[in-house]
Parts: sequence; C-alpha cells; structure tokens
Amino acid sequence: MESVIGKLIYTVIVAVIILVIALLHVAYLTYAERKIIARMQQRLGPNRVGPRGLLQPIADMLKLLTKEDLTPYGVDKPIFYIAPFISLVCAGTGVALIPLWEKLVLSNINVGLLFILALSSLASYGVILSGWGSNSRYAFLGGLRASAQVISYEIAMSLALLSVVLMAGSLNLMDIVKAQINSPYKIYLIPQIIAFYVFIISAVAECNRVPFDLPEAETELVAGYFVEYSAMRFAIFYLAEYFGMVIMSALAVTCFLGGWVGPFEVPYIPFFWFLLKLYILLFIYIWVRATLPRYRYDQLMGLGWKVLIPVALINLFLTAFLKLIF
Amino acid sequence: MEEILKRIKEKFPSVILEIQEKDYPTVICKRRGFLEFMKYLKDEEGFKYLIDLAGVDYLNYPQKNFEERFEVVYHLYNLDNRVLLRIKVRVPEADNWQYSVTSLWETANWFERECYDMFGINFKGHPNLKRILMPDDWEGHPLRKDYPLYLEEEQEWTKYKEFIQKIKTS
Amino acid sequence: MATYLEINKKQTKEDTWEEPFYLNMGPQHPSTHGVLRLYLELEGETIVNCTPIIGYLHRGVEKLGENLNYNQTIVLSDRLDYIASAANNTAFALAFEKLMNLEVPRRAKLLRTIVCEMARICNHLLWLATHALDIGAMTVFLYCFRDREWLLNIYEKICGARLTHSYVRVGGVRQDFTKEIIDELYKFTEEFPPRIYDYETLIDVNRIWLKRTKGIAVVPAEQAINLGLTGPVLRGSGVPYDVRKFRPYDAYGEVEFIVPTGKNGDTYDRYRVRMEELRQSNRIIRQCLDKLSETEGEPVLAENAPDLLIPERIKEPKPQPVPKKGVIFRGIDKPVVPPGEAFASIESPKGELAVYVVSDGSNKPWRLRVRTPSFVHISAIPHMAKNHMIADLIAIIGTLDIVLGDSDR
Repeated sequence: MESVIGKLIYTVIVAVIILVIALLHVAYLTYAERKIIARMQQRLGPNRVGPRGLLQPIADMLKLLTKEDLTPYGVDKPIFYIAPFISLVCAGTGVALIPLWEKLVLSNINVGLLFILALSSLASYGVILSGWGSNSRYAFLGGLRASAQVISYEIAMSLALLSVVLMAGSLNLMDIVKAQINSPYKIYLIPQIIAFYVFIISAVAECNRVPFDLPEAETELVAGYFVEYSAMRFAIFYLAEYFGMVIMSALAVTCFLGGWVGPFEVPYIPFFWFLLKLYILLFIYIWVRATLPRYRYDQLMGLGWKVLIPVALINLFLTAFLKLIF
Repeated sequence: MEEILKRIKEKFPSVILEIQEKDYPTVICKRRGFLEFMKYLKDEEGFKYLIDLAGVDYLNYPQKNFEERFEVVYHLYNLDNRVLLRIKVRVPEADNWQYSVTSLWETANWFERECYDMFGINFKGHPNLKRILMPDDWEGHPLRKDYPLYLEEEQEWTKYKEFIQKIKTS
Repeated sequence: MATYLEINKKQTKEDTWEEPFYLNMGPQHPSTHGVLRLYLELEGETIVNCTPIIGYLHRGVEKLGENLNYNQTIVLSDRLDYIASAANNTAFALAFEKLMNLEVPRRAKLLRTIVCEMARICNHLLWLATHALDIGAMTVFLYCFRDREWLLNIYEKICGARLTHSYVRVGGVRQDFTKEIIDELYKFTEEFPPRIYDYETLIDVNRIWLKRTKGIAVVPAEQAINLGLTGPVLRGSGVPYDVRKFRPYDAYGEVEFIVPTGKNGDTYDRYRVRMEELRQSNRIIRQCLDKLSETEGEPVLAENAPDLLIPERIKEPKPQPVPKKGVIFRGIDKPVVPPGEAFASIESPKGELAVYVVSDGSNKPWRLRVRTPSFVHISAIPHMAKNHMIADLIAIIGTLDIVLGDSDR
C-alpha cells in the first residue's frame, strides 16, 4: 500500500516535470523557428522582448491568453469546443512513452510504438471536428484536405516503422533502443535508410508542415481548419502542431538514430545525446520550411499513395527476406 | 496601309462615312452594316487584336460637326503588318445602342460592360451586360458630361443607405 | 444589395444532391493582390466556374482627368499601377505630346527609358516575390525585396518619392540625374545579374515548383490574342508582340535587346519570360547609361513644354500696327492645346498600357481613356481557370500579375 502510493506520487511528479519540460521545448521551438527562418532570409528574428528576444514565447502566450474568445455564429458548440483539446491531448500524451535515457521512461508499456501510432490516428479527429464544427467553407475545405492527408501518410509511416519492429523484434520502445545498441550497426539508420527517409517525409506530412501544409496554407485557405478559432483555442492548435513535430522527431530518434547512445559518455547529463539528435531533426524541419514551396493537394496525395507506400512495402519485404536468411 | 484603306473603301461604301488621317488612320462608320465590316476586318484583313474599346460623350463639344451625342471608338491592330486602325461609330442619345463585337474578340466583353456602366450605351448581343466598376444597383452613368464630379451628400448611393437602415431597424 | 440577394437565390435549388459548392474568395484575401473578389463554383476541388467581380478600388480616374490640367493628370496616373508608376507617367506623357506636337530632347528620352526599365525591374521583382510566396517559397520573397529596396532608394534620390514618382512630365522629365545617381546605377547593373541567378537556384529546377507551374493555365497563341492578353502573358504563349519593338517610343529604337518568348503558354514559361526580361532590362539600363555621357548638358524638358499651370485660355495678341482707327480689337481665343485626339501605347511591365485622349482646345482633356492591362487579364481568369484546382487559381492570379489599382482605375 505504501509503495503503491509512493510509486503513484513519484510517477505524478515525474510526469509533471516531463510535461513542463516538453511544453517549454514546444514554446521555444516556435521561437527557434522564427529566428532560424529569419536568419535564412537575411533578416533578424524577434529580438526585442527580453535579451535577444528570448522571452518572445512568453509574450505570445500572454497575448493569446488575454485575447477575446470569439465563437462564430452557427457553430456546433460541443464539437467546436472539444476539437482543440483532442488535438493537444493526442499529441502530448506521446511524451510519456519516449525513453529519455536508460533509466527514465515514464511508462514502459509493451506496445509503446503501437500506442503512439494510435494516438496520431486519433489526432486526425481533432482536425476533422474542427473543420466541420466551424461554420465556414474555408475551414470545411481545410478539414477535408487535412484529414485525407493525415490518414494516407499514416500508412506510409506505419510501414516504415514496421521494418524497424521486424529488426528489433519488439514493439516496446525501450527494447528497440536496446536492440539497436546490441546490433552490429549500432543505429538502425544504416540498414534502414529507406525506411528513415519514408518516415521523415511522412512525419512532415503528419504535422501539416511545409511542403505538405496545404490544409493550413496561409495564402490559399487562410489558415484552413483553424481559421475560426481565436485566443487560447488557437494557441492550443498551434501547440498541438509543434508537439506533433517534437513527438515525431523523438520517435525518429528512438527508432532510427539510437535513442540515448553516443560515441562517448557525458557525465551528469544522461540525456545529452538524445536531446542533440532531437534538435538536429527539428532543425531539419525548420530548414525545409524556409526553402521549399508547397505541393498542390492532388500531387501530395499522389506522392503519398503512389510513391511512399510502395517504397515502404518493398523495404518491409526486403527486411523480412534478409532477416529470414541471416 | 493605303491599300487597306482603299480596299475597305471599295468594299463598304455604304458603311464608311469618311476616312481621316490623324496620328493613326481613322475610319468613321455608320451603325448599319457595322458587324459585317468588323468581321471583314478581323477575318480578311487580319486585325486580330482589339486594343481598346472606348466611349466618348460629345455633349457641348465646341468643335462638334455631327449631331449624335456618343461615339464608340475601336482601336484594332494587325500583328503581322503592324498596322493600327481606329474605327469610330456615332451613337445618338435617343436610341443609344450599338452592336456588340464580343463574338469576334473576347476582350470586348468587359470593355463593353464598362462602356455601358459609364455611358449607358446598350450593346446588342452581349452575353452579360451588367455594371462592372460601379455597384450593381447604382443609378446614373458616371462618365456622362451631365453627371456631376461630386454628388451631394444626400444623393450618394441611396440604395445602400436604405439597405443599412433596413438592417438596423429589423 | 443586389449582389447579395442574387447569391441567396441561386443557392436554393430543389435537388440538393447536385448542388455545386460556392466559395467566395472575398475582397480581403492574402493572395488576391488587392481587393479582387472571385466567386467560385467548385466541384470537390475543381473549379467549374469562376466569376471575378471588380470595382472595389474604382476611384474615377477618367472622370477626374476631365477636370484637371494635362500636367496634373500625370499625378493621377501614378496611382494607377502603383508598383511601376514611371510607366504610367510615360504613357500619359506620350499621348499628350502627340496631341501637342512636342518634340522631346534626346537626353530626356534616355532618362525616361532608364526610369521605365527600373520600374520594370521593380515590378518583376515584386511579381516574383508574391508569386513564390503564394506557392509557398517564403525565402524568395525576402530576397527580392532586398533588391527592390535598393532600387527604391535610387528612385528616392532621383525624384524624391519611392512609389509614386511623377518624374516624367509632358515634354521631358522633371530634373536631370546627378553624378551620384549615375554611379549608383552603374553599380546596380553590375551586381544585379548574379542576384537573378540566386533567385533562380532556389526555384528554377525545384521539383515542387515545376509540378506547381508546368502545364497550369495553358493558353494557346490564338486564344491569347483573342482574349486581349499582352505583355509577358502573351509572350509566354509564343507571340513575340512587344510594343517597344513594334511601335518604338522614347529611346527604345537606339538600344539593343531581345524579347524573350515562351513556347507552351503555361505558367512556367511566363515565369521564365519574366526572369529573362529582368536581365534584358538590366542590359538596356546599361546601354542608356553609356549613351547618357554623350548628351551632357542638354536640356531635359522641351522648350515649348506646357507649364504646370497651363493657362485656361490664351488670347491672340493685338496686331501691330492697329488696322483701322475706331476698331476695338477684342482678341480671339486661341486654343491652348490643339483640338483633336491622340492614342499612345507603351509596354508597361504588366502588358500594354494605352491612353486615348480627346482634346477640345482648353487646358483640360475632354476625354481621357486609359486601357490598362490588368483589366483585360482579370477578364481572362475564367477562361484560364476552368478545370483547375483552387491551388492552381492562386498560381494563375500570380502569373497574370494583376494589380487592382490598374484594373479598377
């Protein structure tokens, strides 16, 4: 009884700490994006609020908290209110499953990978409901596009991850990292390079980021499925998108790049290598946004179904075949 | 250039009133038989490009030597021979209509709509003759010479003001 | 109002299974370049019908022109195509000079050509920035604006204004270039071609860009001439019509440049035509700068150019000696400007800008008609956008390069 309560309190405290750190990461990811894109476009990013603009996310949060919360006329109120929360919860819960270092994973369930994939499928509900619930044609179009896009690219993502599961032999994220350490290649990037590329492209599409951000394109659909949201609800959608980026990058680090291992041990900071790889992948997300134009919707769907899924399937068969032989 | 003018003078003696030589050769025609003349110019002489279609209001023009009030001016261009031709048709005020050349040149569609909007000249055979620059329920034709430059405060867009009143009270 | 009621009536049909989906890309939209309203009938994502509705920026330039002096209408003309206002000024000035039979000095012609070509570069840079931004490439936007800032600073040195220049006057230009401006322009012409190369590396061979622009809105040459398209839009379809070569004005007869033409008539060809025009404009500015040194010290305004305040009427002077005793000579009204009409057209960066002016002898035009390219291009949107998707519609509006001040006047 004692130990149960003790364990519960310990879990809650660790959960709160990890949640706060993840939220801070997400908030400062918005700041980093603005700064990096600005530098790539030969201008300075935000540098007024606080030293070098470091308090910008806090200023944004304060502004969004104090804005007027509009509910447009004719919306379906329950759907309208619950849609942002679905997005945020489904995106944010994944933080609990990622192994940060050897001894810390908040919930080490045996079907960890499957759970994260299921969460990302649930997140598409948030998109559909917000598109339908806002009484607006633009939101409706955006919601339609986004839901179709998310569902198609999930298949490609799952197939890419399945090859990793085949090689590691388990769905448990901790075991996948341990299998990587014990395998001769150290990281699954080397044998599974095709799956890595498919996964990265699908992850960018899952989060509705450029070049796949047609559902929320500013210049065409004026922010698509969350056009009618204001103030805190908009902030929640925004956070959910960046949370998705962080979770997908963390998943890529865990499955393909080896989790927390590195060439040498850094004393006192066991999560150093994990964070470093995470930051590199997030930088690639932002880099792609500054450079590439946007795909048209049918070209996007064509890419997902006609190119990525066959490639992932072929990779899966190859992996299974090779594993049978050796 | 002179051959073209000679040829059209021979072919359409009844339509053409006179040919003037200003900065570009100007042909003044009558309204009757106008469409055949334009069709001939487009198909046979190769004036495939309609640069401009404008209306002019000659109310109280000091050097006026004709009696109709309006004039519709067409500028045609031949891309192969590089010849620019100006065609003028005089439209009286009492029955102000003119044939539409939309079937020959697609650009004339919006030009004629603007001419109708600004002068009130109806174009027969136009698929969609509505106001284009002014709001759809505006009264009056702004570019006529008897339309004032500034409207008085009470006269401004009465229909819009009535609409706003209706919304406020309902 | 009438339009509002009409929309409601259309939507209540009996058979609700087959109702098309109406979407209004309203006057306020981030990518319609002004207050253009497009009323779309969609079927899924494909556009079945598209009706552009303009008139939201109608300021009555033609009516105002009938109440202002000839020189005062030059200021009005700035606000038409406010991105490349030197071109509008030149069109008006050319028409008025034809009307008044003025001969422009050679130095003024060269200066006018330089300013017009700078306006062309400014316009094409803005076009590239907004077109790329609409399709999604944000970085090109900022690179283009960096160069445009340079040009606008040079403009400020020339005539004091960045956007609405009014530098070109009836009979010449307002004032001469100083040595500082000529040096800066030389520096610009040297450093600009590598920058065009910069922009091209970002998007020219990018797969996504090619997929978004190749095969979109193909206009065959015959249909393009029939629709009245001009400028780079027409040249992208293969017709080499350029007013600078067909009816040369200013100093375009003296300089060498080629007119780039496309082959297929799709969006990618028009993009390449405009990029090549950037290079050719640079070349023209270079050649004009070299020729400027030959005409040092010449006047830049014709001698009999009208003053800013053209008098309302001139009376013939009293004849000397007095013809007969006892006769009171009242003087005959001489026309300030010869009555008649004139038509002049130039190659503005967007297309062919033509001015038709009718004069009645006083100091104000009787009728001032401006034929603007954007008006005609917007009327061509329904033909080009059939069976394309909404995302393509944005690319189409971008490639036609419309400015609402130009179309609504």
